[in-house]
Amino acid sequence: MGSLTMIQAINQALALAMERDARVMVLGEDVGRNGGVFRATDGLMDRFGRDRVVDTPLAESAIVGSAVGLAIGGMRPVAEIQFLGFIYEAMDQIGTQASRMRFRSHGRYHVPLVIRAPFGGGVRTPEIHSDSLEAIFAHIPGVKVVVPATPYQAKGLLLAAIEDPDPVLFLEPMRLYRSMREEVPDDWYEVALGQARLVQAGDHVTIVAWGPMVPVAQAAAGLVAGDGIVSEVIDLCTISPWDSSTVIESVRKTGRAVIVHEDQRQNGFGAEVAATIQEQAFLSLEAPVLRVTGYDTPFPVPMVEDLWLPDANRVADAVRQTVAY
Amino acid sequence: MNPEQEFPIRRVIDEQGQLVGDRSQVSDAQLKDFYQWLVTLRQFDQRAWNLQRQGRIGTYPPYSGQEATQVGVVAALSHDDWICGSYRDWAALAYAGVPLHYPLLNSMGHAIAGHIPEQVQALPVQVVIAAQILHAVGLAWAAKLQEQNRVAVTFFGDGATSQGDFHEALNLASVMQVPVIFVCENNQWAISVPLNRQMHSPTIAQRALAYNIEGIRLDGNDIVAVYQTMREVVERVRSGQGPVLIEAVTYRLGAHTTADDPTRYRPPEEDEQRRRGEPLSRLQNYLQRSGLLSQDDISSIDEMAKETVDEAVQTAEAYPAASLAETFEHVYGELSESLREQRAASVRGGAAHG
Repeated sequence: MGSLTMIQAINQALALAMERDARVMVLGEDVGRNGGVFRATDGLMDRFGRDRVVDTPLAESAIVGSAVGLAIGGMRPVAEIQFLGFIYEAMDQIGTQASRMRFRSHGRYHVPLVIRAPFGGGVRTPEIHSDSLEAIFAHIPGVKVVVPATPYQAKGLLLAAIEDPDPVLFLEPMRLYRSMREEVPDDWYEVALGQARLVQAGDHVTIVAWGPMVPVAQAAAGLVAGDGIVSEVIDLCTISPWDSSTVIESVRKTGRAVIVHEDQRQNGFGAEVAATIQEQAFLSLEAPVLRVTGYDTPFPVPMVEDLWLPDANRVADAVRQTVAY
Repeated sequence: MNPEQEFPIRRVIDEQGQLVGDRSQVSDAQLKDFYQWLVTLRQFDQRAWNLQRQGRIGTYPPYSGQEATQVGVVAALSHDDWICGSYRDWAALAYAGVPLHYPLLNSMGHAIAGHIPEQVQALPVQVVIAAQILHAVGLAWAAKLQEQNRVAVTFFGDGATSQGDFHEALNLASVMQVPVIFVCENNQWAISVPLNRQMHSPTIAQRALAYNIEGIRLDGNDIVAVYQTMREVVERVRSGQGPVLIEAVTYRLGAHTTADDPTRYRPPEEDEQRRRGEPLSRLQNYLQRSGLLSQDDISSIDEMAKETVDEAVQTAEAYPAASLAETFEHVYGELSESLREQRAASVRGGAAHG
């Protein structure tokens, strides 16, 4: 057991997976000698060699497309896309190749591939480095989308993703890489994909969040606690397939829901969550389901980034609004 | 540099069926077997076209004219070598062992057509232009890492060489030195766009130079040139000497698909001239000239081919219909709760709702 940051937990998970299974390999830009631009793969090349920790040419479609072949050919590739905003270069290989190989081959082939990518704002990056694109991938049948929010979750979810027989997009919130430490077991453990996590229990309102918005939701819950509002905070952990039962059960209890995501509002994953709540918990609802999200603009320039991103105050306002409805 | 001199077209049997090179690496029996395959595949392709016109199958992409390349390449492979082709490569798959009714099932809309039989190491036909080239690089890479002694072959057209995935694949394969053979079926047309609008380079083979890999240009309508070249290339690639790009110069005799009308864009003179070199009549002329094929042989092979094609049509038409429910089966290894509900609703014939 050690007190680790998320990036350390991810590094440890990759090392464990490579140690346990010789088929697991890491490939991407700068993942070898440099250990990744965030050091997620630090030390892996020295430990596991250049055949299994591969600095690829700078070509996202080649990284994912060849990883599809590697996976079908018997390897367990963990590909890194340096920043999620650059993943459009590999969109066909994800959206019509990795995702559909099982379907296209009517079950003969499958693609056990993990694509890791850092994303999200709060770290003052140049353009394109901060975009949240999880909803795009949640729309693609055949891929799974996982977004960890804590070091413990990150390690367990990543190990489960590597063990999963299907392609998994593993989206790592950049600003949580080193923002907190948590006790993380040294050994192998898995956190099941497709299951939400109850962050804190409450009776008055359900706040649903994932990835970088989980700490924001928790902070908002702290703010409204002063008004006597006890919030239930749920971390979805996996966006696709997502754990609607946990959310529905919670909303049936609280009668109110606020969904928080950093991604833009229009067609964001919050819309799916809200639609499902009204389909399945309509008679329990005491107020309209609210969303607190990024605005429907491109991710902004660093000088206004903090104003653009949903923060605890915006979430707390939405919570108060839904409780007062 | 003059690329056309640097990458001369390898040819063993010319357009008239005359031997113009060394054919010592292919036996008479092998040649006659090739002939039988080419006849069967050509008859099949024409039948498929007619079946579409009769409304018995859906859209079909004919491969006529490209059989020598597809068959000659696959004939040089071992059983566990990988094949990654596009939608026009059913002749390659058929020669590799995929039953002939599969392309019909595919055009009828049966999901099972994507399930390549287990004894054949091939990916299902791929529709997005050039994407499969990267899969072949990955498969070859996996074989190298696992010391499997397998090679991967990928087929694609001249249009595919304009795609990023083609260039990314050649570069990555070159950097990683993986055992992959890139076979470009240069059939001169990407639907309606001729090769000279696809690129300004006189050859496709010369693109190998940019990636520091071997490039070979050959007559893709000459099955002897294809097969003999591939035999030596496969051996080199298998022994770890790095990837190879082959440009097989051929011609799409028919339309892009049954939904296309090439008379809208192909000049008749050029069409006529290109047709003269087509692979089936060329091989037949050679075999007849050399006394390896009699008129009786030709008739009986035609007859056998017809029976084979008839059987394929019967098998395809008797195949049980695909079901909506099975659509849910191979999205993930395991059905999610939501997909389970949607499947149940689809069976009831209604929409899924809360």
